[in-house]
Amino acid sequence: MTAKLAFPHPPARPDQSPDFSNIVVPLAGSLPVPPLDLEARDARPFAIGLIRVLDDEGRAVGPWADCIGDLSDDDLRLGLRDMLQMRAVDRRMLNAQRQGKTSFYLQCTGEEAIGCGFQRQLEKGDMNFPTYRQQTLLIAADYPLEALMGQLYSNDLDPLQGRQLPIMHSARDYGFFSISGNLGTQYVQAVGWAMACALRGNGKIAAGWIGDGATASNDFHSALLSASVYLPPVVLNVVNNQWAISTYTGVAVGKSETYAARALGYGIPALRVDGNDYLAVAAVSRWAIRRARQGHGPVLIEWFTYRAAAHSTSDDPSAYRPKDEARAWPLGDPVERLKAHLIRRGAWSEERHAQAEAEILDEVRTVQKAVETHGTFVDPKPISPAEIFRGVYADLPDHLRRQRQEMGF
Amino acid sequence: MATEVLMPALSPTMEEGTLAKWLVKEGDTVKSGQILAEIETDKATMEFEAVDEGTVGKLLVAEGTAGVKVNTPIAVLVEEGEAVPTAAAAAPAPVVAAAAPVAAAPAAVAAAPVAVVSKASPDWAAGTPMKTMTVREALREAMAEEMRGNPNVFLMGEEVGEYQGAYKISQGLLDEFGPKRVIDTPITEIGFTGLAVGAAWGGLNPIVEFMTFNFAMQAIDHIINSAAKTNYMSGGQVPCPIVFRGANGAAARVAAQHSQDYAAWYAAIPGLRVVMPYSASDAKGLLKQAIRDPNPVVFLENEILYGQSFEVPDLPDFTIPFGKARIWREGSDVTIVSFGIGMRYALEAADLLAKDGISAEVIDLRTLRPIDYDTVLASVQKTNRCVTVEEGFPVGSIGDHLASTIMQRAFDYLDAPVVTCTGKDVPMPYAANLEKLALVTTAEVVAAVKSVCYR
Repeated sequence: MTAKLAFPHPPARPDQSPDFSNIVVPLAGSLPVPPLDLEARDARPFAIGLIRVLDDEGRAVGPWADCIGDLSDDDLRLGLRDMLQMRAVDRRMLNAQRQGKTSFYLQCTGEEAIGCGFQRQLEKGDMNFPTYRQQTLLIAADYPLEALMGQLYSNDLDPLQGRQLPIMHSARDYGFFSISGNLGTQYVQAVGWAMACALRGNGKIAAGWIGDGATASNDFHSALLSASVYLPPVVLNVVNNQWAISTYTGVAVGKSETYAARALGYGIPALRVDGNDYLAVAAVSRWAIRRARQGHGPVLIEWFTYRAAAHSTSDDPSAYRPKDEARAWPLGDPVERLKAHLIRRGAWSEERHAQAEAEILDEVRTVQKAVETHGTFVDPKPISPAEIFRGVYADLPDHLRRQRQEMGF
Repeated sequence: MATEVLMPALSPTMEEGTLAKWLVKEGDTVKSGQILAEIETDKATMEFEAVDEGTVGKLLVAEGTAGVKVNTPIAVLVEEGEAVPTAAAAAPAPVVAAAAPVAAAPAAVAAAPVAVVSKASPDWAAGTPMKTMTVREALREAMAEEMRGNPNVFLMGEEVGEYQGAYKISQGLLDEFGPKRVIDTPITEIGFTGLAVGAAWGGLNPIVEFMTFNFAMQAIDHIINSAAKTNYMSGGQVPCPIVFRGANGAAARVAAQHSQDYAAWYAAIPGLRVVMPYSASDAKGLLKQAIRDPNPVVFLENEILYGQSFEVPDLPDFTIPFGKARIWREGSDVTIVSFGIGMRYALEAADLLAKDGISAEVIDLRTLRPIDYDTVLASVQKTNRCVTVEEGFPVGSIGDHLASTIMQRAFDYLDAPVVTCTGKDVPMPYAANLEKLALVTTAEVVAAVKSVCYR
């Protein structure tokens, strides 16, 4: 035997047919609901399995469905509305970037169920530490679209006053912590925030978010270690959407069976969930958030999904994956699956869906037009230069006040 | 001393405007940042804030006056009890006036000499009872006092609890405050720094102890990209009240990776405050101030100084404001500026120079962000010569920055170029004799002073 090296490569490249034959999709409803004080040593079936609630016929089945049996038709229609609104915002803002109205945008197409379903299970005062693809958390927190779009256009509706890249939102009052451009740092900071919640005894929790690619960062491992040592109330989310820009997920996961399984080595229980199944997302989120709030310590959730759109407006995925790979994704589309379930419940119809899509698009377009009157990259209305100096320190120091006045403001 | 308030410019092209409204009247006391007046042009209205503190001695332009030229004196601020000077006698304007040049506005740099007033003043009243303590004890006492006074203050770091601190700074704190407030951490600077930054955003006031700042290199992303910048990037939503403290710079025989001085690195970063004390009284007063500051503070200590004793005022609540240098020794021939352990070389050199008949004024900056430029400039305007002393690397040193500031703001006062004494431009060697030579030496400071005095 001689030593060899492994170089992971994706199952299909652009000139090939999509191939997801390596992905095992278990039947919906096949995994039980563990007790809230689940220990890592008992979590292995959840970490390597896949929790699913919606079956292929749109039925909600199994014990996890019972956990959210109290969700009403209205609750589920709200979930669908959140996802439709997210999709409309993503489409409109992608177009706006293509028209030169902003420098950059990044869609979350295909991943809408995860943030929308999770956010609706949080309480006011809980804090997400998101990455850049969790705008769903803002939508489902009823964050004003004016602020969201103002940030993208960097105009006077931007709550961050033109200081931060488009999509790097920051909305403390909506449980959405300031996004860091340095991947991974937010993960250990979420653990620190959760420690502060416990030390202050305020009954709140924190939720860290990270993509599959960034689990390779030091901060991911520091976060798991710290969470395992201090056991604070934190839910650690890994959104595994198969691609880190052009880097195939196998390059980050290595020989670990799943991302969820990584947590077991740190003594943290973990669950792997169908991220395109709104009901599974709602059920597992509720379980994990309740577990954290009741003092059973950290838990990691791997949301298994697929990044259907490009990484960002600067990316062309046809260079590294088959064009029709998203359509071949075995877990389907989250909007279509929840829609099918609502129709099956008798709480929705094709006509109502088409009408809702049109209404939501109209609402989004109306807000967008109003926000654009405050300025875009095409028709900029400059922010006051005085903003350069605000917020560097908690209070404006004299030397910055002096520099500002010398600039004439 | 009276200060003129000048008509501000609303934009780089504005030449004149209307003084729409005074928001203060003669005899009012004003604070820095207070709104003095509303100024209008045909394009905009702005609120004009005071830069300096003082009493409004006289309003020189009545409200409603149109066509007031930019830089026209519009009011005079006086100190308490000071008479209002006649209009013509108010000049020269001190550097602290609104139109004064600063490094960031090269177009406005004036070569004309301007008198600067030193901010240095005693940290405690004459007759205050004193006690002798080491820097180590002063740091410990500062943390303990602040932890007693504010339940949100806690300490975390490697070996700070059960082991009582690698350098025993935290000795006794675990016993007094318990494991929720004196937290031992895994050996991961990136991890516990990230935790502490998250906890600061989450409403607590963490003190992070780095066993030495060399290890904080692992965590520098959290210090700079997260702690220092997030308040700004979030539009002011999340200030980060946190103190990063620990031993900085060379100790003895610990070689290149354990001997680095980070003073100039952190001093370059907007959003941070940077403190580097020399004496025990400064260690105590500035650490207490750091823990209370709503911004992230990098607090650079020195292992060699931990055991050194100084007199410390025996006061129940002794703090020192940031941005105020201390004049350790007054002199007339040359100004020696230093901070931290550099003060040892500066003071030793001043003693030696006195024997040669050279009178050196020795200034300890104490805080590097903000820097008390005025005390340095006032001294240089008196002595006309300046030497800076630090252990850090020569390129981009604090001394370089001071030299440039002095050149821009006191050029006409200089009788010799500013000389910067620093460590050598090499990684720290291990061998004892090489290590000593790689750092700045007292002999080099003496030689530098003699060179600027042409002796």
